[in-house]
Amino acid sequence: MRREWEGEKLPRVVFTLLIVSKAGGLIYNREFHAGLSKQDTNELLIIAGTFHGVHAISQKLCPVPPAQPPPSNIPTMPVRPSGIEVMESANFRLQCFQTVTGTKFLLFTEPQQPNIDGIMRRIYELYCDFAMKNPFYTVEMPIRCEKFDRGLDGFVKATR
Amino acid sequence: MAASSTGLRYPSNKKTIYDRNINRTKTSELSRAAFAYLFVEMITYAQRRVTGIADLEKRLNTQGYPLGLRLLDLLLARTASSATTSPANLRPTRILPLLQFIHTTLWRHLFGRPADALERSAANAAEYMISDNDPLVNGYVSVPKEISQLNCAAFVAGVIEGVCEGAGFATDGVSAHWAEGAGGGEDMWPGKTIFLIRFREEVMEREEILGRAG
Repeated sequence: MRREWEGEKLPRVVFTLLIVSKAGGLIYNREFHAGLSKQDTNELLIIAGTFHGVHAISQKLCPVPPAQPPPSNIPTMPVRPSGIEVMESANFRLQCFQTVTGTKFLLFTEPQQPNIDGIMRRIYELYCDFAMKNPFYTVEMPIRCEKFDRGLDGFVKATR
Repeated sequence: MAASSTGLRYPSNKKTIYDRNINRTKTSELSRAAFAYLFVEMITYAQRRVTGIADLEKRLNTQGYPLGLRLLDLLLARTASSATTSPANLRPTRILPLLQFIHTTLWRHLFGRPADALERSAANAAEYMISDNDPLVNGYVSVPKEISQLNCAAFVAGVIEGVCEGAGFATDGVSAHWAEGAGGGEDMWPGKTIFLIRFREEVMEREEILGRAG
């Protein structure tokens, strides 16, 4: 309760964004606010790869595929296993958003950060606009797009 | 058989493109995302087997050129039929009306707004500049550092060149440049682009004769 009272003063911070390709490689990382301990590129690659593996396992765990398919006259949407979506610790929260094609967006925030879904959606939009619609970006390769960086900075700093 | 004969030329409802109203402008807005993806493919296509930035810009220019030729006719036909026929609706024969046509009519048709400036070069009387603070075609394009000279609005420059030459104004090429060192403007409009139009000598001569005739 006490924390809610001080809601205005609490640091609500988006720390870092990582984008992981569908093969598990780190293709983008950007730190918005200091707070997490500094990781060098190698360690970030390991984090991305490890998370990718654990996420793949979590996707396999559940749901168990039905023993026999339901009667075909009832159209059923296949339940797409989502895998890990949130990991939380006392000091940060890791939100994972996986696109239909398997690219993963990992967002490290303060645990109290509100509206992470909204932030994630906007980041995905920026990615679609400035990475996917950029003629000089090759899919699955590291993202080096000036307008994407600028758009992210402008958006994340504004949400604070 | 029936399915293979339908298409743009023979649509299923028997109304060909010639049966449609030429002034369908209200409902003819196109998806910006669809254009962006198409433009990506156009640039990827132009990038094959090019020798350098100048070559790539030339190819983009070539892609835009036929579009300009057609747009000149289409837009003139539209303005002529929508308003009562007056000399202003005919093909421009002087430089200034032509540039006005590009700056306003063409820009409004392509991008939904007029261009941001139209100037004559101080250094060379045969050179004119049209500037756009934020060209629509470059909206999603981030040019890599190693080829930062490249401006993909070379495609639009090709359209302008097509309009000029279609109207009988021979040019020594139209090119797109980043507005660098123009002072002040580039921070607010990092994508500001200047289209430089260089008219041929004979065009300038004709212009002078027409000017004397009044």
